[in-house]
Amino acid sequence: MSEALIVEGVHKSFDKLEVLRGIDLTVGEHEVVCLIGASGSGKSTLLRCINLLEPIQAGRIVVGGVEITARNVDLDEIRRRIGIVFQSFNLFPHMTVLENVTLAPRKALGQSRAEAEAQTTVLLERFGLADKRGEYPDRLSGGQQQRVAIVRALAMQPELMLLDEVTSALDPELVAEVLDVIRELAAGGMTMVIATHEMGFARDIASRVCFLDQGAILEQGPPAQIFSAPREERTQQFLQRIVDAGRL
Amino acid sequence: MIVTRSPGWDAFKAYFLDGKIYRDSFPEILSAFWLNVKLFCVAEVFILPAALFVAVLRSLPGPVFFPLRALAILYADLFRGIPTILVISILGFGMPALGLSWMPSSQFFWAVVALVLVYTAYVSEVYRSGIESVHPSQNSAARSLGLSHGQALRFVVLPQAVRRVIPPLLNDFIGLQKDTALVGTLGVVEAFKQAQIDQSATFNGTPYLVAATLFVLITIPLARFTDWLIARDRKKQSAGRLA
Repeated sequence: MSEALIVEGVHKSFDKLEVLRGIDLTVGEHEVVCLIGASGSGKSTLLRCINLLEPIQAGRIVVGGVEITARNVDLDEIRRRIGIVFQSFNLFPHMTVLENVTLAPRKALGQSRAEAEAQTTVLLERFGLADKRGEYPDRLSGGQQQRVAIVRALAMQPELMLLDEVTSALDPELVAEVLDVIRELAAGGMTMVIATHEMGFARDIASRVCFLDQGAILEQGPPAQIFSAPREERTQQFLQRIVDAGRL
Repeated sequence: MIVTRSPGWDAFKAYFLDGKIYRDSFPEILSAFWLNVKLFCVAEVFILPAALFVAVLRSLPGPVFFPLRALAILYADLFRGIPTILVISILGFGMPALGLSWMPSSQFFWAVVALVLVYTAYVSEVYRSGIESVHPSQNSAARSLGLSHGQALRFVVLPQAVRRVIPPLLNDFIGLQKDTALVGTLGVVEAFKQAQIDQSATFNGTPYLVAATLFVLITIPLARFTDWLIARDRKKQSAGRLA
């Protein structure tokens, strides 16, 4: 199995606040890695660093064999290969669903309008959104908006998808439709790094689960081991709080 | 009531509200007013893109663009600081006085240049506030898809920013329309200058009222039109959301 993503000794600070304190993580092709941990443990920051939305202070990140944290790399070219979906959807409110999805393929990849729209139509149909192509984001439910955001990222045909708590802003009854989309992606062999608070989902879908604590990966392993027999005390405490809250 | 019973009301009425003088001076002032219309129309055509350009310069990220940002800030500070009438006077009297043959000597030309310089500074600030009002996550989303800074600005940030600042843009456009009256100080006969001429001829202030009427006749429909534009845009983006 070749490596889709290698993260080595990554440090990230916002002014004096050190958010990532030396992260090491390797993700193989077609692997689905779930990042769990309390809010503020650095999950989202790590994803933003992998997509180069945040500059890092130390360490290196390699995607598909290319060191993306090297100097003089083309940031835009790298971001085209890595899809990211945010907690708050971040759809473009002044564009229809179709325009949201086709914008980057047309402008960043230089596809023709017809080409981009044909590809988008296939994706929208696959995720049950074909009838929404002409709608503006404000007219869609949260679940539909998040599915559109996933389709928008997929339209760039990324080799790696980063999902940042994509169900955290959704009403509970809308979570399932989004998780189903992610399950389908995993089944299709998409390499993914998923920051999530949905422990049941992580247990189902992850090939590996990483527990982040205070900006470092404290423990990682197959979901069965992490969720039933965590070795670290802090992992146990974290999972106990989740169980107590009735979320696992 | 308070006004009409004031001690000076009759004198005021005779001085400003003379129906005959109003009718007599109207055609002349109207034809002079076309110059105001030409001034603000021509100026606005240059102001809108130039101001957007200045605002974009100010939004360029990173230390590389510091000189450009500094230049844009200096420009905006300078021309918002100098009273419009001074800019008009300095350019309108000063430039033709240089006697350079290649330089246009028309005062209309320099009046437009002065108005463009002043209002571009104001309007660039309006655009800038619009750009800053678009949440940074919109830019992140655009960049994360592999769009360049320029593409994110062009396709994602600016369309949202400009929509939001249409009301203040209109506000500045109305300000520009009114400030075209300052061009009269150059001796160019526009509506205010013509009203002054008529006032001196008749010793009656009613011509000023004529000029005021003309300005208002332009600005009110424009304000309603903008309201309609905004309402239409809002409807398009969120119709059915509450349905």
